[in-house]
Amino acid sequence: MKEELFVSGRDIPNIDPYLHIWHWQIPLYLYLGGLAAGILFFATYYVIKGKEKQMQTTVKWATIIAPIALVIGLGALFWDLKHKLYFWQLYTTIRFTSPMSWGAWTLMLITPMSIVWVASYMKEMIPGWDWKFGFLNKFEVWIIKNRVPFAWIMMILAVILGVYTGILLSAFNARPLWNTSILGPLFLTSGLSTGLAAIMWMSKDEHERKTLNRIDLILILVELFLIIHLFMGFMAGSAVKTEAASLFLGGEFTVSFWVFVIILGLAFPATLEALELRGFHVPAWLPPFLILFGGLVFRFVMVEAGQITRFLY
Amino acid sequence: MRYAMAIDTKKCVGCGDCVVACQTENNVPHGYCRDWIVENVSGSYPSVQIELRSERCNHCDNAPCVRCCPTGASHIVEGGIVLVTHDECIGCGACIESCPYDARYPHPEGYVDKCTFCKHRVDKGQNPACVDVCPTHCLHFGDLDDPNSDVSKALKNRKWKVLAPEAGTEPQLYFLT
Repeated sequence: MKEELFVSGRDIPNIDPYLHIWHWQIPLYLYLGGLAAGILFFATYYVIKGKEKQMQTTVKWATIIAPIALVIGLGALFWDLKHKLYFWQLYTTIRFTSPMSWGAWTLMLITPMSIVWVASYMKEMIPGWDWKFGFLNKFEVWIIKNRVPFAWIMMILAVILGVYTGILLSAFNARPLWNTSILGPLFLTSGLSTGLAAIMWMSKDEHERKTLNRIDLILILVELFLIIHLFMGFMAGSAVKTEAASLFLGGEFTVSFWVFVIILGLAFPATLEALELRGFHVPAWLPPFLILFGGLVFRFVMVEAGQITRFLY
Repeated sequence: MRYAMAIDTKKCVGCGDCVVACQTENNVPHGYCRDWIVENVSGSYPSVQIELRSERCNHCDNAPCVRCCPTGASHIVEGGIVLVTHDECIGCGACIESCPYDARYPHPEGYVDKCTFCKHRVDKGQNPACVDVCPTHCLHFGDLDDPNSDVSKALKNRKWKVLAPEAGTEPQLYFLT
């Protein structure tokens, strides 16, 4: 037998008995950040490829979601801060060893850029749109002229943002569940997939939907592959790693992870997408809804479960 | 200079005096603590062993809390003491997540708080409050670079361990076993 307890009666709120310092705000932000990264990645990708005409929803309409998601996500992050009035300290320095620092700077760049992106398509989306001010019209002309370099910068930032939502967690070696380098690519893939799901939900164009459907199917398969590797790494790892994995293999997160994330959030929508590609009729909203829902549950499960895993006590 | 602490687990009786001394000295808010006592019971009856450990921030050489702090509020000062500058801390919680010892907590005023090795006392040549108050003299503090310091002498002739060395933090609390 081995047991360890605090005999001095330590019972600090949100620290004991299990760490719970990050509540709903962080997983919500990680989800919205990944979603925005996915949407912006594909919008910029198709502009760079010169396929604006064929991918109207991807390039224009769906990008409206990105700044909204980012602003809500930033709001959630701000809500989570416990010393709110000092938030500006984030922008007095840049610390490369802290993912949160360069993540904050990435957000600082990509949020206004995503707004500019949407604004540059306003005249195409809403005929007769007028910016009222001359300098705004001039700015718009300049952006439209430089759309491809602008898209390149934003695509790189979108990838950084997507990876960052995973690396934010994987940088903490005190939490064995998070401390795996697969989390960065895994969260990026999941973010790209949820982004695609949102675009597919909005798109009315059959050809566009089919193209996105095919990419999304590949992304889901990559995601499942990464998740298998995640668990293989845990099972072959040290005691703290196998304990972390056991939370999902019989532990308290088994149902929420395997049923809601893996089956309903990945396997089932992937099957539906495959059927759709083979010509079966599938309700257009169903696969995107499941993917978006599964992605959200995935972030919540990972943040909650990760905080339980530890080295001591 | 490298400040460190040695905790004699054979002498500690778990009275909690170090905890109260710290709370009083540092005006720690009610319900919080910067140090705490862990009772570790192992074995099976009748051969049972008890280890008592007075724990606090490990003032790690490779401090993950300092590494992941986005503003630089968490920093290391001379002697290896890890501190938090209150008005640079945004209360994001990254350092709390990063600490394998769960030694940090969010102060009710918003910033993150933790053991300072009583720097205000150490600067004056005194010991941290917990060390001076310990009735069994089980806490030893001092400079590891000074062979005559209390901590160096305590570590010289005894077996010791650190907590969670596999976390790679190079902790500076040494538990004499």
